[in-house]
Parts: sequence; structure tokens; C-alpha cells
Amino acid sequence: MSALIRLAWRYQWAQPLTAGLNLLLLSLGLAAISFVLLVSEQIEAGVRRDLAGIDLVVGAKGSPMQIMLSGVFHLDVPTGNIPLATLKTLRAQPLVARAVPLSLGDSLRGFRIVGTERSYLDLYGASLAHGQAWTGPMQAVLGAEVAQRTGLGLGASFAGSHGLGEQGDAHEGSGYIVTGILKPTGTVIDRLVLTDLASVWQVHEAHHGEAHEAHEAEDRDEAQREVTLILLSYRSPLAAISLPRWVNAQPGLQAAAPALETARLLRMVGAGTEVLRGFAWVLLLAAGLSVFVALLNAVRARQADLAMMRMLGAPPWRVAVLVGLEAAILAALACVIGLGLGHGLCEILGWVLAERQSLRLSGAWFSSWEWSLPLLAAALALLASAWPAWRAYRLDVSELLQAPR
Amino acid sequence: MSIQWSGLSHYYAGGGSPVVFPDFSLPTGRHLLLRGPSGSGKSTLLALMAGLLTPSAGRIQMAGTELSTLSARQRDAWRGAQLGFVPQRLHLSASLSVLDNLALPFISAGLPPQPERALALLQQLGLQGLGARLPHQLSVGQAQRVALARALMRQPALLLADEPSASLDDAHAQQVLHLLLEVAAAQGVSLILATHDGRLVQPLAGRADWSLLDLAAGRAGEVPA
Repeated sequence: MSALIRLAWRYQWAQPLTAGLNLLLLSLGLAAISFVLLVSEQIEAGVRRDLAGIDLVVGAKGSPMQIMLSGVFHLDVPTGNIPLATLKTLRAQPLVARAVPLSLGDSLRGFRIVGTERSYLDLYGASLAHGQAWTGPMQAVLGAEVAQRTGLGLGASFAGSHGLGEQGDAHEGSGYIVTGILKPTGTVIDRLVLTDLASVWQVHEAHHGEAHEAHEAEDRDEAQREVTLILLSYRSPLAAISLPRWVNAQPGLQAAAPALETARLLRMVGAGTEVLRGFAWVLLLAAGLSVFVALLNAVRARQADLAMMRMLGAPPWRVAVLVGLEAAILAALACVIGLGLGHGLCEILGWVLAERQSLRLSGAWFSSWEWSLPLLAAALALLASAWPAWRAYRLDVSELLQAPR
Repeated sequence: MSIQWSGLSHYYAGGGSPVVFPDFSLPTGRHLLLRGPSGSGKSTLLALMAGLLTPSAGRIQMAGTELSTLSARQRDAWRGAQLGFVPQRLHLSASLSVLDNLALPFISAGLPPQPERALALLQQLGLQGLGARLPHQLSVGQAQRVALARALMRQPALLLADEPSASLDDAHAQQVLHLLLEVAAAQGVSLILATHDGRLVQPLAGRADWSLLDLAAGRAGEVPA
């Protein structure tokens, strides 16, 4: 069989341009399918990880999608601030198991600084790789990726920039000290700088010219304080029915159910995915047709070669298998190249998105559906070679014995 | 190889009158000159002897084996092992090197190629050093020899040459004939030469180890002077 495979290989590459074009088409089709699979699965898995038991996000009145994107994935700007008192009110609700406040507004080289409580770490099962969590204002714990990309270590100090982008004004004189670095979690928390709520209040009061002595700040009426968002976990599924409605009925508050919003988001992303997937199928169909035509032409052109093989003792099935093997070789090569390309593109997209502190994508991710790609390629090879192989099987060998026409 | 047939005829599906062949017997060790113009049934008879066609009537025995009793698969195996074939247009595979062309008889039969045998044959036929060449890089004479080497790769008992001198000038036609005779003697194979070329008849005239079957005349006998 190995000799037959070698022979099929020689025949396949006897027409290098045709074989190359077919290989390119097949590879691109498979790469596109692989890429779509990898990206969509990683986005879904990332979304599931980042949701981390968050049942409801409460923010200022505005778009629920924006609230969810800013509060859960830290991708969008928040809709505004809400009174700190809301946190107490929500915690008093019997249907609420956990309420985690978030205060946003600043960033460090594009990574968001999040004022929160330690329970936020519990939400993502995050633990410290080095140092300890904050114990007072202006102490910060870095997510694993932040530490790696900024190069900041324990004891390092930094000033946050106003705003969530990389171009904000630096809060001069408001220095944070790094007290801890988190272990990688594979969640959004890897890309965050965590500190306590008081740090964010302190920095912003200073920024807005409201600098006060420390004891004055502490004395400030908590009723005037604000947070940006509150992440809620339900105590009972019944809360999903009543709590969002209750929140939305409060003046200035907006509830966003991440499960619903992410489903909506994935549907929107899904439209793009479907277009890509459709394009990949068109490519594959074109590749299949191209291989079919190439094989049919090859069988016609090599009729005498194949008949000679029959004359030399090859049974009809072996001649047919030879034709099928040519398609199989293309499919196998295309599979390797296509999967490699799909993973490579995914890795490149991952780099680009990482630069923008956006979604995490990796070329090293393997989809459980990828095993179906070799099967798909094999099926395509089988379909494309079926008729040419049948023609080879039914070859009239006695033509060899006819005088040239 | 001994060859024998009686009451042999074949008709093709789609009409036409059947081709009827006179009874014939070729003892082991003798060669056959199969002569006849186009349409006389030469190709049909070659196909019957190769087991590519089954007779519509009659029996054909090759080395004591009645081909019609063999299954298609057995006939394929028999043909691969016992028959060497040099077609009129040589049919060397244009995309394969000389050595790869010589591997075809083994690959076709599902056997591992034997490059040593191929190299030995190339040397024997004066083609040493040409193994890596493609057929279009060979001269007509070299291509003829490669086709002959391919036919001999599996050491067949019978070598079948179909119009070996077609489209060759006189000198080349004689060279081919001498080459075939040499190889047949050296390898100990029976030779069947199917031709309508009178230039090949004269050198064989009167040779005791050659028989003639003239399909146009419907008779068998010695090769006439």
C-alpha cells in the first residue's frame, strides 16, 4: 500500500499548479472552519468563565448590554455611578446571596483599576501568587497578566490614569503600592488591577479638587459615596423573576442579567460567525469541485497509464484506489495545513486582542469538534474522487491494444 | 509457455459479426508471429490471451491453464505474473521516472517494488544511468528499451509485443526486432509478435523456433521465406 501511496503522491504532484491550487482551496476552507470553531468556542468559554456565578449586574440607568460589558467583561464604559447605599439595600434583600461592589474610572496602561471588596476574588476563585491582598487604601493587587505585561512587582508603586483607555491623564501624587499578584485564572480578573473602594474614592476626590485630610474623608457621609456597579449572586432561582424587576423600579438603577445579555451578544457575534462559516463552506465546496474536475481530467489524461497498470496485473479496485488516494493525499495535507492555519490565525488574533486588553484567544486551544475536520476532509475527498475512481475502475483495458487513432 | 485454443471466437456487445480464430497450438519454447491487417482480430486475440476478454465461444489454454475458468481477480494476477506486454505506443507514464515506471508491474500487483531488479535490467538493456530520467528525456530507442524492461520486470513466461515496429524507420525496426529476440533468448521467455509490418517477417523466415499465424488468411504454419 505504501508503494501505491507513493505512486499517488507522484501522480498528484505531476501537475503541481493544479495540485497546489486544490490544496490551497481545501486548506483555506478547512482553516476557515477551524478558525470559526476555535474563536466561537473560546469566546463562549471565556464568557462562561467570566460570568462566574454573576446572576445580575446593577448599574446606573442605561443600556443593560453596556452594564454587562463594563461590569462583567470590562470591555465597555459604565453607564454611570449609583449610590453606595444601594449596596446595603441589596444586601438586605433575602434573595441576594452575594453583592460585590465595583468602582471603575481609572486604569493602568490600559488595564482597569477596579475598586472592590475581597469577595470579588472569591467570585473568580482567584488566589495570590505573591504578596497579600490590600489592607487599606492605595494598595493594589495585580492580575497575573497585568503583572506580566507591566513588569510591576511587589512593593512597586504606580499612578493610575484617569479614564479607562490608555490616554487618560495620570493622577499625579496618587500612588498605589503593589501588595499582591494573583495567580493566573484564565478569567477577566487576570487583566485587572484590584484595590479597595476607598482608593478609588480617594483618587477621584483628589482629581476633582476635593482633596481633604484623610480623617475628613473617612468622616464623609457614606450616603454621598458612589460605586459604579454591583454584581449580584442569587440565593434562589426565584430571584431571577422578582429582583431585576425590583431593581429597574428603583430610580436611577438598571439591572442587567448577564445570562440574557451574553446570549444576545453571542447571537450578534453568531451572525458574523455564520457568515464566516458560510464562506468556509463555499470555499470547501469550490475546493471539492476543483478536486473533482482535476481528478476527472487526470483519469482522462492518464487513461493509458491506468490501463497499463491493469495490463500489468492490477485489479480494477487497485486502480480506483490509486485515484482515491490522490484525493486522500490532498485532503490529508489540507487537513494539516488548514488546522495549522486555523490555529495560527487564532493565535495572531489573540495577540492583537491582547494588545487591546480585550478578549482572550489562544491558538493552543483545541476544540472538541476539530476531530470532525479530518472526517470532513475525508468525506470531501471521497465525494470528489468517487466518480473519477469509478471511471478508472471501469476502464476498458483492451483500448491499449488498439491501433493509435 | 504453451498456448492452445480451439473453436475460439469473440463478438463484441453492440453488434457486428463475431471474430473467429483458427484452432492453434504453440508448444513451449516456440515463438509466434501473429500477422494480419488492421481489423483482422489481432488485438482481440491478444486481449483473449491476456485474459482481458473472455471468449464468446471456444477454449483458450495458456500454459495448461484455461483462462475462462479463472475469476477476474485470478486472471489479473495471472496476467501480472506470467505476461509481459510491450504496447505499440509504449505507454510509459510521462509523470514517472524510468525507475518508477519499472516499479509499476510490482505496484500494480500489490507487491513491493524491486529497484535492484530494475537497475539490473537497465544495465542489461544498455540504459544504465537513465533511471532518474522522465520518459520525455529519452530517445525513441531508449523509450522502447524501457518499455521492454518494464515488461520483463516480473520475469514473465510470455512476452507480448504489439506492433513493435510501428512508426519506426527500417533501421530502428530491425533494432527493435533484434532486441526482442535477444531478450527472449536471454530471459527464456516465449515471444508473441503481433504485427502487420512485413519488415519483421523476413528476418524470422525459416526459423525453426517461430510459428506464424496469419489471421487474414486464417492459417497457421512456419514463417515463410
